[in-house]
Amino acid sequence: MRNILIQNGRVIDPSQGLDRVTNLLIADGGIAAYDASPDGQAQVIDATDRIVAPGLVDMHVHLREPGFEEDETIESGTAAAVAGGFTSVACMPNTDPPIDSQGTVEFVRRQAAAKGQCNVFVVACVSKNREGKELSEIGQLVEAGAVAFSDDGAPVYDAELMRRAFEYCLMFDKPVMNHCEVRELTRGAVMHEGLVSLVLGLPAMPAAAEDVMISRDITLAEATGGRLHVMHVSALNGVEALRRAKLRGVRVTAEATPHHFTLTDECLRTFDSNCKMNPPLRGKEHVDAIIAGLSDGTIDVIASDHAPHAKEKKMKELDQAPFGIVGLETALGLVVTRLIEPGHLDWPAALAKMTINPARILGIPKGTIQIGSDADVAIIDPKVRWRVDPAQFRSKSTNTPFAGWELTGRADTVIVAGRVKFCRGGGS
Amino acid sequence: MTTTTAELDELGVVPPTWKRRHLLGLEDLSAEELTLILDKAAIFRRAAAQGQRKLPLLTGKTCVNLFFENSTRTRTSFGLAARRLGADTLDFSASTSSLSKGETVIDTAKNLEAMGTDVMIVRHHTPGTPHLLAQNLHCSVINAGDGPHEHPTQGLLDILTIRQRLGRIAGLTVALVGDILHSRTARSNIWGLKKLGAHVIVCGPSTLVSPRWQELDVEYSYSLDAILDRVDVLNLLRIQFERQATRPFPSVREYAHLYTMDTQRLAKAKRDILILAPGPINRGVEVTPDVADGPQSAILEQVTNGVAVRMAVLWLVTATWKPA
Repeated sequence: MRNILIQNGRVIDPSQGLDRVTNLLIADGGIAAYDASPDGQAQVIDATDRIVAPGLVDMHVHLREPGFEEDETIESGTAAAVAGGFTSVACMPNTDPPIDSQGTVEFVRRQAAAKGQCNVFVVACVSKNREGKELSEIGQLVEAGAVAFSDDGAPVYDAELMRRAFEYCLMFDKPVMNHCEVRELTRGAVMHEGLVSLVLGLPAMPAAAEDVMISRDITLAEATGGRLHVMHVSALNGVEALRRAKLRGVRVTAEATPHHFTLTDECLRTFDSNCKMNPPLRGKEHVDAIIAGLSDGTIDVIASDHAPHAKEKKMKELDQAPFGIVGLETALGLVVTRLIEPGHLDWPAALAKMTINPARILGIPKGTIQIGSDADVAIIDPKVRWRVDPAQFRSKSTNTPFAGWELTGRADTVIVAGRVKFCRGGGS
Repeated sequence: MTTTTAELDELGVVPPTWKRRHLLGLEDLSAEELTLILDKAAIFRRAAAQGQRKLPLLTGKTCVNLFFENSTRTRTSFGLAARRLGADTLDFSASTSSLSKGETVIDTAKNLEAMGTDVMIVRHHTPGTPHLLAQNLHCSVINAGDGPHEHPTQGLLDILTIRQRLGRIAGLTVALVGDILHSRTARSNIWGLKKLGAHVIVCGPSTLVSPRWQELDVEYSYSLDAILDRVDVLNLLRIQFERQATRPFPSVREYAHLYTMDTQRLAKAKRDILILAPGPINRGVEVTPDVADGPQSAILEQVTNGVAVRMAVLWLVTATWKPA
């Protein structure tokens, strides 16, 4: 493996408070030195006017394999990841079979090692078969490599089970990631309840459905000392509940998705199933609350909730179409365009939410380019204007509401463990 | 008033301002477009009243009723309207379809289109399905009711009936009473009536009537008795039990106690109040039989106007059609 010298880039690594123009040397798959000079041997990548950051970490991705290979595979999903600047993803266990056994964890890790373009970390089921009845064999799943636990797609519904999950995960120091939704309030619903749902006559879910369960989970985490990670927070009162919980010292973290800080329920006016996701796109006051939560640190992480669905599944009546959109290849552009350019976050703060913060929550040695760490690096053009063209996606699915959008900022070159895994415009 | 030859000639003339190939809802229509449809419908209506029911403007065209929900009135009305215009018609209902074999709604519609369809008249329980089909088909699509979203021809026939009885829309106060949350008729009425200058009140139990309607300049009320004396038109909507996830009021008896239009309430209303009901009506729930069949009621005129409105809409959406 040839050494790589990334020259003259603005190196931003929030894990070490680093933000300066320097040269970064990669040797033997690891970060070897800063301020290095060309030695005539290393491959030189000119990063003038570029940002050199730790490879991005997406802690909420659906790779769909095993079971839904028509939507995505580990190979295609990780190809989409590197094209989006991500070098590590955590995949959700709502596969078929669900990831609730050592065997399935091992299958995913083996597929990732054989065909993956980036690092894949496995989030395993909280409950056996994702049924929400009994705990899965969490200890053995940890031994097999699971980094966190979630029944994502479904909430952990039973409060007693959630309490036991918090308590049991304590001894492995693993977070429980919950999709917070009180289902009695969301039956049959396809969108957020508000003025737009009133006009469209679509069955709708109130923000309260999310808020109630976030509050329950915070209370249970506080009572048990367990670690709660709230997935894709989308509603105003939930953000406020998280803010207060953090002040009290509850061990709670949270993520928000690019679509929840970008789009509102107004998008549903065209009945586009690519605007159907869960949690749903909400009103402007909720979008503002998410942005405020990201700005003040209440929300630790930006995660895509990359949810590929084959075209034939989405091209259906709105109640038949599944929830979710792809996100890996648009996440960074939306962060730059909607958070950094308007001044809600600066580059180091935004990158922290896409590198070291998710890595710390998952307890993985990623999201950093300290000397000695694996050379997972994203070289980002922060100024480039580009148009979202789903036909160019590496993902197998194209279910995005952002087709045709003009965004600023994307990764040019992505290096995983010292190898160039993605280079825009070919090459390498 | 009698139809003149000039009027019948005028029927065939579509002004250049009308450009629509589909009718998906009344929300997007301008006052001019609404008035154009109503004017054409009024001519069809008068012609029919004089025995001139057949006006072969759509000879050689094919209209398909693609209905995924039960319907008697609307389906028959569209079928009759199409045949009176000389079109061939085809009825397709979900129960006899290959949807049960897993075919998607788009594929089903595309197959029907491939048989040579000019107008697809779509009823579906999910809002937006006619819009989805309009995006994926080449033929005209008419929304015949998409869940609780819109039912544009019902809105138009209600408005035509009001205009016929009271001579105007502007300045009237129209109350829509009942299950507003689940009513496509309510929504189409709201858009059409407001565009034409009426004041609209939505009235019903607080679980079915949202204060948010105010944001769209629609008044809301939980009490029928409180608004009766200032209402020119009452449109009594059916309680849509089949769309309600949970019962929004304790009992039909309690609902009837609060909202049934009966003779006692009629006595408190304006003397010349006009009473509409889109049907099917639950006699004794929304309205008592003596009121439904009384002189203030225009329920059967609505049905007659329905055919005329649908003839006007079928003619207008096909008149703008140009081969690609």
